[in-house]
Amino acid sequence: MSAAASAAGRTNRPVSVASFAQAHNVRRDDEHNEVEMLMPVVAEVFGAIGITKDDVDFICSGSSDYLIGGPFSFVTALDAVGVWPPKPESHVEMDGAWALYEAWVLLQEGEIDAALVYCFGRSSPGNLNEILALQLDPYYVAPLWPDPVSLAALQARALIDAGKATEEDFAAIASRSRRDALSNPNAQVANDTPAQTLLEDEYVVSPLRRHALPPITDGVAAIVLAAGDKARRWSKSPAWITGFDHRIETHSLGARDLTSSSSTAMAAQRAGLSDGPVDIAEIHAPFAHQEIILVEALGLDDTVAINPSGGALAANPIMSAGLIRIGEAASRISSGQARRAVAHATSGPCLQQNLVCVLEGE
Amino acid sequence: MAERCAVIGVGQTHHKSKRNDVSIAGLVREAAKMALADADLTWTDIDAVVIGKAPDMFEGNMMPELYLAPALGAVGKPMFRVHTAGSVGGSTALVAAHLISSGIHKRVLTVAYEKQSDSDAMWALSVPQPFAAPLLAGAGGYFAPHIRAYMRRSGAPEYIGRMVAVKDRRNAMRNPYAHLHIADIDMKMVEESMMLWDPLRYLEACPSSDGAAAMVLSAEDAVSGHFPPAWVHGMAMRSEPTMFAGRDQVNPRAGRDCSADVYAQAGITDPRRQIDVAEVYVPFSWYEPMWLENLGFCDLGDGWKLTESGATAFDGDIPWNTSGGVLSSNPIGASGMLRFLEVAMQVRGQAGEHQIEGARVALGQAYGGGSQFFSMWVVGSDKP
Amino acid sequence: MADPTTTEDLGPVTTLATPIRLDFEFTPGVAQSRFLRGLEQGKFMGQRCPTCGKVYVPSRGSCPTDGVPTTEDVALANVGTVTTYCVVNVPFAGQSIEIPYICAQVLLDGANISFMGLIQEIPADQIRMGMRVEAVWVEPDQLTPSLESVRYFRPNGEPDADYETYKEYL
Repeated sequence: MSAAASAAGRTNRPVSVASFAQAHNVRRDDEHNEVEMLMPVVAEVFGAIGITKDDVDFICSGSSDYLIGGPFSFVTALDAVGVWPPKPESHVEMDGAWALYEAWVLLQEGEIDAALVYCFGRSSPGNLNEILALQLDPYYVAPLWPDPVSLAALQARALIDAGKATEEDFAAIASRSRRDALSNPNAQVANDTPAQTLLEDEYVVSPLRRHALPPITDGVAAIVLAAGDKARRWSKSPAWITGFDHRIETHSLGARDLTSSSSTAMAAQRAGLSDGPVDIAEIHAPFAHQEIILVEALGLDDTVAINPSGGALAANPIMSAGLIRIGEAASRISSGQARRAVAHATSGPCLQQNLVCVLEGE
Repeated sequence: MAERCAVIGVGQTHHKSKRNDVSIAGLVREAAKMALADADLTWTDIDAVVIGKAPDMFEGNMMPELYLAPALGAVGKPMFRVHTAGSVGGSTALVAAHLISSGIHKRVLTVAYEKQSDSDAMWALSVPQPFAAPLLAGAGGYFAPHIRAYMRRSGAPEYIGRMVAVKDRRNAMRNPYAHLHIADIDMKMVEESMMLWDPLRYLEACPSSDGAAAMVLSAEDAVSGHFPPAWVHGMAMRSEPTMFAGRDQVNPRAGRDCSADVYAQAGITDPRRQIDVAEVYVPFSWYEPMWLENLGFCDLGDGWKLTESGATAFDGDIPWNTSGGVLSSNPIGASGMLRFLEVAMQVRGQAGEHQIEGARVALGQAYGGGSQFFSMWVVGSDKP
Repeated sequence: MADPTTTEDLGPVTTLATPIRLDFEFTPGVAQSRFLRGLEQGKFMGQRCPTCGKVYVPSRGSCPTDGVPTTEDVALANVGTVTTYCVVNVPFAGQSIEIPYICAQVLLDGANISFMGLIQEIPADQIRMGMRVEAVWVEPDQLTPSLESVRYFRPNGEPDADYETYKEYL
């Protein structure tokens, strides 16, 4: 921290999620290219509140070239919006949740009133186990090609060894998530399977069985952020962002306590999560055991409904799943199902980087 | 409502074709440590880190900010990664500046880099895609036809490009960090260099460099450092689609709109008179006259006349790229930030041999993609 | 004899090679599939924007300025105009054409956007802006849904197009 006081995390100017839309998440969309996947979602996110692209002052997107398999994949994706006349626009090589953060920062400044944020996560074109290995230290770790499931399994093992969880807990989380997903029309994996049955799954990488892993998903999502009066004009019940922060931990897995998430706890504190109770939490936990770590880091008790959408275990479009958590939380506030909610996004191996967004209704 | 934002520290690496004396982390730290020292700060004084680079495929690391977090002192802090193609160095600085001007943070470290020698950049730009013909050979093949269109439109004589190539390389002789130091560069040498993408010759194109740039940005009540701050007077980004019917690729509207926005914020009505020095993204010589027109330094079609008259030379009335520019150093992801950083150095009076005496207002510009992404800032020695 | 207690005298390691090979399956999408199917039939298929009426070839599915789906198929001519070009003299990995070669922006008659094409059957120093060219296709039994169906473009002998007719496409 600098000597001067920092306002990090708290809202100065009321900004809300005015609209949210996502595609139906699927294992592989082999019919549409990225532009064709995005267009209907962008049209829906505007159409739901009766606005057009001309009503937003800024556009920010999130995606990863390595997932798509070509450099500059975000460039043509912009054709889904039709940025003419030219607009202020930016892109992050991160989950759309961070694109939303960038837009929120600009809205905090007060020069603009509305922004479109979108992201596309197409996980199907390549082999994720190979691609995600390239996120690791390029000199000492990536050349060994450790796959993301094995790294998550190391974390799950540490959690069990620390006495913080059991394989039964993982199965219970997976069972609950996919049962909740039955009421989510955009979910990819939804079923009502008792935890006891799930425990009969084979191990993929011990101690993680099939059910504890996220599906591979193609999916896109979009949010319109709006400030003050504009938000009230466009949306009958906007979901106001009252706190927003993100933090990163060290990259070296050997230097981290994999059974806790200090960066999530820090971001939650900065975002003022503990200022009041929340009704629901949308947590980006791609692997079942990670929900346990994140619930603890966020300090949530058992009165909070965790991942009513089914979470990342029901659909995990990489680069979109984080933004979708914020959208799902906001939707529940707008529909009156929740008064206050927390949404979370993660990035990097074993929850290295985490973002926390606190939302409230009127 | 926005808070004032200042540049209080700058740092850059010695740019070279291969920096195999350092890792990627070593490269970015070299620039970041220099910026911190300039600001008289340490890692712990920084609230957040914003990093930018061009496609991950240039080095073969996916989202390398994850690996770089500890090397840049970002552990426990927000770390943010920007990618807007060639303009990324500029947009990264702008994202960092907005963290200050929004009042969210007090001191932000922003870094941009490329270690092009870690892979084959030409390959990374030409990954075989099944729905496109494999005709291009890197960025030069993309931009050369637009340069030809500019020559046709403006009637510019063919030697104008060579003049820019010579001018920027001579300027680079004044900049110890520049990649290319070609002491005996002249029109003849450029003319005799290999024709790569007709009408572009080898010496009219940017090099491929390893390098990094870093800046410390601060709020007004957190200013520190060894030189007076460079105050941000205006900042803007604009994007337009890559290809559309009737698109003007020589003089893109996104560039014109972006400059109009940044000039309005900075109170600039006559850029040629009011701007003392500019660092503009010129990766191929002809982009100087093209951007002179796009940025409103002259009328349409007159850019080449300004270049020919020597107005943009070191001793001209609107010196452009006194650092040697992208034509002399091109670590792609950092190239845009170097433009922004160099103009901050000018108004802080710390540019050494390539300092323009008395520079008080300066423009930094970066562009990327198919001339469709623009980022700009105007900095000044006076508080806005 | 090296000192067994230290590796200092062995010098720095400056290079570490990590070969990376990744395979991807690309999805052309609805609009591009129509274009590719056209190539398989030996013709250029474009799509018209319902809002601005401009014809895109190939269409990626949207009008880039209006952001709406392009849905109406438009069969385009086999001839067009070189709006601008460059002569490629740079060897690069995967290059299948002998250098120097002409890489041109070709505006097909009936289209509102040019696309990049290879020009052959003319010396590289004789290409001009405004030159009229025609597509040369592979033999009918060799046609596939890919750009490889078009071997190249060549001058078709028509007089050059007037600069005014294509200058808005530069």
